[in-house]
Amino acid sequence: MSSFFRKQRYLIDFTLSSLLRRKGKNLGLLLVYTLIVFMLASVMLFTHALKKEAHIMLQASPEIIVQRLVAGRHALIPVDYLEKMGRLRGVVSREGRLWGYFYNPVVKANYTVMASDQMNLSTTEVVIGTGIARTQGLGIGDYFSFRSDNGNTYSFQIKAFLDRDSELVSTDLVLISEKAYRVITGISEGQYTDIVLSVRNPQEVYKVAEKLSKKLPDVRPILREEILRTYDSIFSWRQGIVFVLLTGALLAFVIFAWDKASGLSAEEKREIGILKAIGWESGDILRMKFWEGIIISLSAFILGYLGAYVHVFYSSAVLFEPVLKGWAVLYPQFRLTPFMDGLQLATLFFFTVFPYVVATIIPIWKASVTDPDAIMR
Amino acid sequence: MKLPVRKSTSMLLFFLSGLFLVLLSLADAASRRASAAEVLKCNATLVGELGLSDLALFTEARYARHLSLADRHAAFQDHPVSLDHFPSGSIVLPPAQLRP
Repeated sequence: MSSFFRKQRYLIDFTLSSLLRRKGKNLGLLLVYTLIVFMLASVMLFTHALKKEAHIMLQASPEIIVQRLVAGRHALIPVDYLEKMGRLRGVVSREGRLWGYFYNPVVKANYTVMASDQMNLSTTEVVIGTGIARTQGLGIGDYFSFRSDNGNTYSFQIKAFLDRDSELVSTDLVLISEKAYRVITGISEGQYTDIVLSVRNPQEVYKVAEKLSKKLPDVRPILREEILRTYDSIFSWRQGIVFVLLTGALLAFVIFAWDKASGLSAEEKREIGILKAIGWESGDILRMKFWEGIIISLSAFILGYLGAYVHVFYSSAVLFEPVLKGWAVLYPQFRLTPFMDGLQLATLFFFTVFPYVVATIIPIWKASVTDPDAIMR
Repeated sequence: MKLPVRKSTSMLLFFLSGLFLVLLSLADAASRRASAAEVLKCNATLVGELGLSDLALFTEARYARHLSLADRHAAFQDHPVSLDHFPSGSIVLPPAQLRP
């Protein structure tokens, strides 16, 4: 047994010396490989953590949101719809909501403005998200202005900021009193943006939505389950951003592995020929090349994964920020919680280390079973 | 005379420290999850109190800001032949339940 380990150690020593002889080429290879693992791991860790976080937070979102549609578009819902809904079994509360958007042309940012009675706001006060405060350089007690629909400007005193840790859901929020909201938007007393229903038993939600659609054909009920599914699918591997990033990284990996699998360089072939000529067996050459594959792929995996972990969970995925931000001025500053486990790590390991080792072994096997004289010529 | 360190020994040390750091990342993840539980709970309470429905990741367009409340027809939704104006529209597809 000890002679087996001794032999492997000598093989590893030889492999490392051989790799260091072609230092530039192999370091370049390691760098490219590490970058591919880094990109794959970053996408995987980022999307999984974001999906999990969205799922936990949005579990508390409204069970049913009722929107009114006019010509296929979201329209204001009259207050008498609360009456028209009638008595729906299982619904414990129904409430009209007022919310909308406000574009600030000075900082070129879009805010989400919401009437809220949770914060006990007077008609001259607002509570804002920390993203807005950061962008506009505002502090508590400062004044925040809105231009109303009839052209008048109204100033509101900032009563508080929403919690910094909640930026992922509240960075662009402006909470305001209902009365002030109606004044600046011109929405009359008898109308709401949408209606929110609370259902006691989660199993009755579908039934309630079905009854609602029958009673009021012009409304569209949006269920909490659909909200959760939306965020599940946005960051699943088949969609948008993840697909773009993943395809790029995977294609690079395929080209890279294909290049390795399609043939050896003349220098590598010569090395194999010399080794065979001085008495190495095909098995020894295969073992040596196996170690070479393991050394490169394992190093790339460790460095790439650790880099991705720091990138996603310690630098708030700074490389993805410009992609997600687009043209938006407001972008939440958030630090994701690492929702990851051994299985995810094992999957990443399997998809990045295994194909490379296999891709390198096949051409080596072909070369090692041919005549050394023929290889060296 | 001191013998030089064998290359295989240095490599083993490199892999062992790498493995240690990988395991450390799993431990760090577990500890951060435990400490973030309270923050996530507070955020969920805020979501519940205000009735929020979406993440504030894409604030540039209304249909990207509130993805789950977007109109049924996202493509050309503002007027005919109006191509998507904002970059986030190209990286976020409409929710599955809104697609035909």
